[in-house]
Amino acid sequence: MPILVEERRPVGPPPPIKPADRGGEGDFGESGSAFPLSKGQIGVWILLTAIIMLFAGLSSAYIVLRGVPSWQNIELPSLLWPNTAVLLLSSVAVELSRRAIRRNDIQSMKSWLAVGGALGLTFLIGQLAAWRQLVNAGVYLPSTLQSSFFYILSGLHGLHLLGGVVALGIVLVMALRNRLTSLRYEPLKLCATYWHVLDGLWVYLFLLLLLS
Amino acid sequence: MSESHTGEHVHHELGFWRKYVFSTDHKIIGIQYLITAMSMAVVGGTLSMLMRYQLAWPSMISPTLGKLMPDAFAGGVMKPEFYVSLVTMHGTIMVFFLFTAVLTGGFGNFLIPLQIGARDMAFPFLNALSYWVFLLSCIVIFSALFVTTGAPLGGWTSYAPLSAIPAAGPGQGTGVTLWITAIALFTASGLMGGLNYITTILTMRTRGMSMMRLPLTQWSLLITAILALLAFPVLLAAGILLMFDRMGGTSFFVPAGIIMNQMPIEHSGGHPLLWQHLFWFFGHPEVYIVVLPAMGMASDILSTFCRKPIFSYRMMVYSMIAIAVLSFVVWGHHMFVSGMNPFLGSVFTLTTLLIAVPSAIKTFNWLGTVWGARIRFTAAGLFAIGFVSMFVSGGLSGIFLGTSAADIQLQDTYFVVAHFHLVMAIAPLFAAFGGLYFWFPKMFGRFMNETLGRIHFWLTFIGVYCVFFPMHIIGIGGQMRRIYDPTQYMFLVPQQPVNVFISIAAFILGAGQLIFLFNFLFSIFAGKRVLERNPWHATTLEWTAPTPPGHGNFGEELPVVYRWPFDYSVPGEKEDFIPQTVPATVVAKQ
Ligand code: HEM
Ligand SMILES: [Cu+2]
Repeated sequence: MPILVEERRPVGPPPPIKPADRGGEGDFGESGSAFPLSKGQIGVWILLTAIIMLFAGLSSAYIVLRGVPSWQNIELPSLLWPNTAVLLLSSVAVELSRRAIRRNDIQSMKSWLAVGGALGLTFLIGQLAAWRQLVNAGVYLPSTLQSSFFYILSGLHGLHLLGGVVALGIVLVMALRNRLTSLRYEPLKLCATYWHVLDGLWVYLFLLLLLS
Repeated sequence: MSESHTGEHVHHELGFWRKYVFSTDHKIIGIQYLITAMSMAVVGGTLSMLMRYQLAWPSMISPTLGKLMPDAFAGGVMKPEFYVSLVTMHGTIMVFFLFTAVLTGGFGNFLIPLQIGARDMAFPFLNALSYWVFLLSCIVIFSALFVTTGAPLGGWTSYAPLSAIPAAGPGQGTGVTLWITAIALFTASGLMGGLNYITTILTMRTRGMSMMRLPLTQWSLLITAILALLAFPVLLAAGILLMFDRMGGTSFFVPAGIIMNQMPIEHSGGHPLLWQHLFWFFGHPEVYIVVLPAMGMASDILSTFCRKPIFSYRMMVYSMIAIAVLSFVVWGHHMFVSGMNPFLGSVFTLTTLLIAVPSAIKTFNWLGTVWGARIRFTAAGLFAIGFVSMFVSGGLSGIFLGTSAADIQLQDTYFVVAHFHLVMAIAPLFAAFGGLYFWFPKMFGRFMNETLGRIHFWLTFIGVYCVFFPMHIIGIGGQMRRIYDPTQYMFLVPQQPVNVFISIAAFILGAGQLIFLFNFLFSIFAGKRVLERNPWHATTLEWTAPTPPGHGNFGEELPVVYRWPFDYSVPGEKEDFIPQTVPATVVAKQ
């Protein structure tokens, strides 16, 4: 009986080696392969996907619970507005730093990076102050469903942003030791990606909390 | 730098601890995952034996058990809350700490670099960290068995509000806290692993290894890692909210007006169904996180022992992608009786039945692969065929359950227990056994004993059908899941002999697994040595590496790939297999 085979795939020579094709070199080689994204970029995007899914889960819970009869809106702390502005400015600074290193302008890269990190820290302190504002107004974590969500969403976002500040700090140290050049600045690029996405995430969360 | 490319270079410098314990080598990490998960399986399996004992002889007094476990068997009879904690711990351990871990952590780590022609994972340190966090999560969940107040009672699904109120039951305090902690650690470990799997498969394939030349195992691991990346964070989100309900006084999952010990509790206003939605949004993809790698491994093993290409490689890949996408829109089929809008129920019925289409495509492709083949009935091959059998048996009952009208009857009965055990527990179990018999020679440089392997197969194959098939019948007869004593319900008493039969079969099945454990441990040290690189005459890259592969896997030169992984029985060829590394010119003469 002839055997049943639906398809055979053609045999061919391997594709030509692209200049950057160093695939398969494990931890012994450098990053870079035929795949258009580097290992670091894929890694950061995977991390960001996980973070986005975490907040997608939390915000779907928010949207579902907004429909229950016991939902009560709280007055959001007024500090959130300046905080948000500070965070957006920090994104601008990090972006300016990234553009500076592309021009090989190391000095302004370092300064903007420091400014970005400082603004990030300011935002975090501002968020803590916003929590205080709420506490002083007598609104605690268990007070209403929206206050529970506010503390948890802003707290988790703050923790993730704190990770970003630490990463910016590490990149800054690398920059101060002159380890970054216009040809090799992937750490800064990855940090900037993470930072921008977390900023965008805060804007989304803020809108979600505002529009109840 | 070029010098450090060779496998030999680093080989002799590492001491025992760095080489076998705190290793960053993907093969060692894979084997560590494998052995840890197998230990968890022993724990989870023992718990299930206790459950079957209780279900068959609910009111029997056993002084021995009473003495062995005085807390659990007061006066020689199992306590009801102990039974419920058995159900919970068994399910949790098996779903997460055995199957999710062994298939992606164990086989994934071992096979990804070897099959794509890489020297290691993209981020070896993160990979090692992933294992250690996994081990920690195992310890945490294991310790939940020993807290004085008892292990958690909420089932592997940990439904709220039971899980949200620490005072709701003896195990709902510390027990559930440990449960959530373990799941959170597991999620972190899985994220680190998944980050590696995806990055490695995408960027580190060797020259010529295009995506459409990947073995199906690799495709399945890639798709699984993406599924896990999207699903686990949602479970984590639910777990965080649950933790705040328990410890922070919030009321996400706790409705108003719950009265406990004659006192209204302080929570107000949450929604218990929210937990179910979040859990099953994760939970359904999770079942495919378990079964997809099993499908991939079974496909490759099946093809090897049928000496035939897999039937329709491309449809195998596309149907896995389709299953992955659809798995995110079917979660409602676990909630048909939760009071959902009947229209919504119909939508979930539709999406659920849709997922049966790609599953059926895969099934027919496996049948097409076996059809007319001269099968080599090795233990590995038998288990791969057994996988198909289990997947079909369990999948068919899914179609009944997926139809909301039928499910309203069958929900929460043993019919569901039969369904998900066959399709999500036993099918992947068979694939994992197949994988172990198949790749053991590459892992340890020795064979497992074939005869014992075949005895193990037949005992297991017959055993699982004796255990799980009658469950369909008592389920239709009305026996509910997670009950402590079926004989307390008049209408279940006539079915009790079936429970006795199932339990006896389960004990035999459990004992049969000891044959496997013995074979596994014995063969690591004293199995027949493997003298060649490619004992099964397979085509994929791991079989071109030394046995067992050294650090760096492939020696000086990485393999170069010229063909897909299924060139078995190519007409006009002397050998009935052509490894992926054989260039085209050799076959041009045909
Ligand atoms: C043909 C495709 C399938 C369909 C239509 C289907 C349908 C269903 C339905 C409707 C339920 C809910 C039953 C109830 O609780 O009343 C269910 C439960 C379950 N299914 Fe499937 N299923 C399919 C395949 C699978 C596969 C492939 C797996 C795992 C690999 C799986 C694992 C499970 C599990 C674990 C449960 C029980 C969860 C629990 O309540 O603890 N199913 N299935
Ligand atoms: Cu499901």
